[in-house]
Amino acid sequence: MIKDTGKSKQTGEVWVFIQRYEKELEEASLEVLGKARQLAEKLQVAVAGIIVGEHSEGLAQHIIEYGAHRVYVLNSVYLRGYTSSAYTKALCSLIEDKKPSIMLMAATPQGRDLAPRIASKLRVGLTADCTDLRIGSYTDPKTGKKHNNILLQIRPAWGGNVIATIVNPQTRPQMATIREGMMKLPARNRAARGEVVHIQSDIERADIITTILQQQHVARTVNLKQAPIIVAGGAGLGTKENFQLVRELARLFGAEVGATRAAVDAGFSGHEHQIGQTGITVRPKLYIACGISGAVQHLAGMEESGRIVAINTDPEAPIFSIAHYGIVGDVREVIPKLIRNYRILSH
Amino acid sequence: MKYSIIVLAKQVPDTTAVTARAMKKDGTLNRTALPAVFNPEDLNALEMALQIKERFGASICTITMGPPSAAEILRQALYRGVDRVVLVTDRRFAASDTLATSAVLSRAIQQIGTFDLVLCGRQAIDGNTAQVGPQVAEKLDINQLTYVEKIEQLHSEKISVWRDVERGKELAAAKLPVLLTVTDRANLPRPPSAKKIMHYKKARAKSELTDGGTGAHRAAKGLLVEEWDADSLGIDPAVCGLSGSPTRVKKIESVIRKGKTFKKIAPTDEGINELLQELIQEYSFD
Repeated sequence: MIKDTGKSKQTGEVWVFIQRYEKELEEASLEVLGKARQLAEKLQVAVAGIIVGEHSEGLAQHIIEYGAHRVYVLNSVYLRGYTSSAYTKALCSLIEDKKPSIMLMAATPQGRDLAPRIASKLRVGLTADCTDLRIGSYTDPKTGKKHNNILLQIRPAWGGNVIATIVNPQTRPQMATIREGMMKLPARNRAARGEVVHIQSDIERADIITTILQQQHVARTVNLKQAPIIVAGGAGLGTKENFQLVRELARLFGAEVGATRAAVDAGFSGHEHQIGQTGITVRPKLYIACGISGAVQHLAGMEESGRIVAINTDPEAPIFSIAHYGIVGDVREVIPKLIRNYRILSH
Repeated sequence: MKYSIIVLAKQVPDTTAVTARAMKKDGTLNRTALPAVFNPEDLNALEMALQIKERFGASICTITMGPPSAAEILRQALYRGVDRVVLVTDRRFAASDTLATSAVLSRAIQQIGTFDLVLCGRQAIDGNTAQVGPQVAEKLDINQLTYVEKIEQLHSEKISVWRDVERGKELAAAKLPVLLTVTDRANLPRPPSAKKIMHYKKARAKSELTDGGTGAHRAAKGLLVEEWDADSLGIDPAVCGLSGSPTRVKKIESVIRKGKTFKKIAPTDEGINELLQELIQEYSFD
């Protein structure tokens, strides 16, 4: 943590927009709440969760149990389902009224649809897909003016090749979206109590300019984020049949199956298995990369894994630069050897 | 012409081309080794526009904001069949963040006049922010539909699209005009047409001309790329470039993909047996 010497001038709260998935709370939003609590403690201000829509009473208590001091419940029949225009208008008027110092949301498709719209309307700075947030200072190189106790927004850029620290020194609220799976889900405290503030939104029918006609849900059958072991396959497997080897090894290890973008595009595996910048970010205890060369977009999604074993025919493949164990060889021969030897050892 | 479509495109360093050769000895990225390309998802947006043109009839204008060399992607757009291209360039636009960029682009769109659809890629591969599309839509005060995978129906006043929203798919409808951000699952962008390459390969923007000429001979042949700066857009320089950008970069650190303990394992039964024993001893399987 960066040590601050200056005194805090912030009076505004730290806000987290809590997304809903049908009648439940999005877990990604609760992860953000845990980080918001840490930031607020540093700034000595309150954390508030913002929730929109009907039947929010039970959910408000839930949000308090995950770390919010206060919950603003925005009510309106016109906020029943998510629409960019109505939610932007409702949240902007709440922000202008209450003046939080920080506004955060999870970088889900909904968060990435809504946050830029709000930032554009309020003309404030927004940083997308942060992987970490801190409180620190920034000195303007031109004016020499030092800004204390501001939000440091840390995110990868250039396809994960650099890590940038971004600040919004002048505009408020300081806005950021946070990549899913980057923050720890806070422990739930069922005894926690807080304030619930109900606000009737002045949204009108005319503010809803898009309509949702139909929704097709894909059940999350794979749980990559929580898996302690992942066996992942890439284009090096060559065929859909060979990808079956990855599944066999995963079954033996009690692991989940992961895939690279290239393997998904080639039809070896379903989209829900995709790991990397456009897929899911994972950090299992053990990651076994089979026939994966290691495009930065993939590495960005798994390089935090505890132990990485890479199997690839090309000794120059970038995956070896982040691996703990490297096997230069053909996956079609190496995986059967892994299966055979593991069976012998676990007997 | 039935629909008026504007496609927003960006020239980006090809961050997908990072190979061992693009890495320096210290494990950091050699940025200059990366070629400049048409942002991949903007090509999907362009393809979607071209398909609308073929099916319903449309005029397509592609706008890019960037240095004079970004005119290369406008030629790429011409090679694929767009009707008009505009380069938005000015030194005062340099260092624009997404908010300042959206201020300039939305002003350029207003300068074009009336339109039915604004299409852009979901995100650019250099920053991956996915912010400029929605920020432009807000400045234009129009609808937005993000993460679009497919157009279901397009009528004179209304559009319905399938959106790819992580938990599944969503069919959403909006009145025109609307801004769509298009994902790479939408289509397979077409290659340039050889005939159009022959026709447009000498198209240049004025600031690309090194001879200091006015480009009059190119203009006469329809080969002068339209070019707008802050003055011709009538935009306040205070809302663009660094002065119009609320965000500041405090620090940039290169990611060093090196330095972990690395152990090479032989692809033999002995080697693999040894590896598995080590992993078991480290409790990796527990």
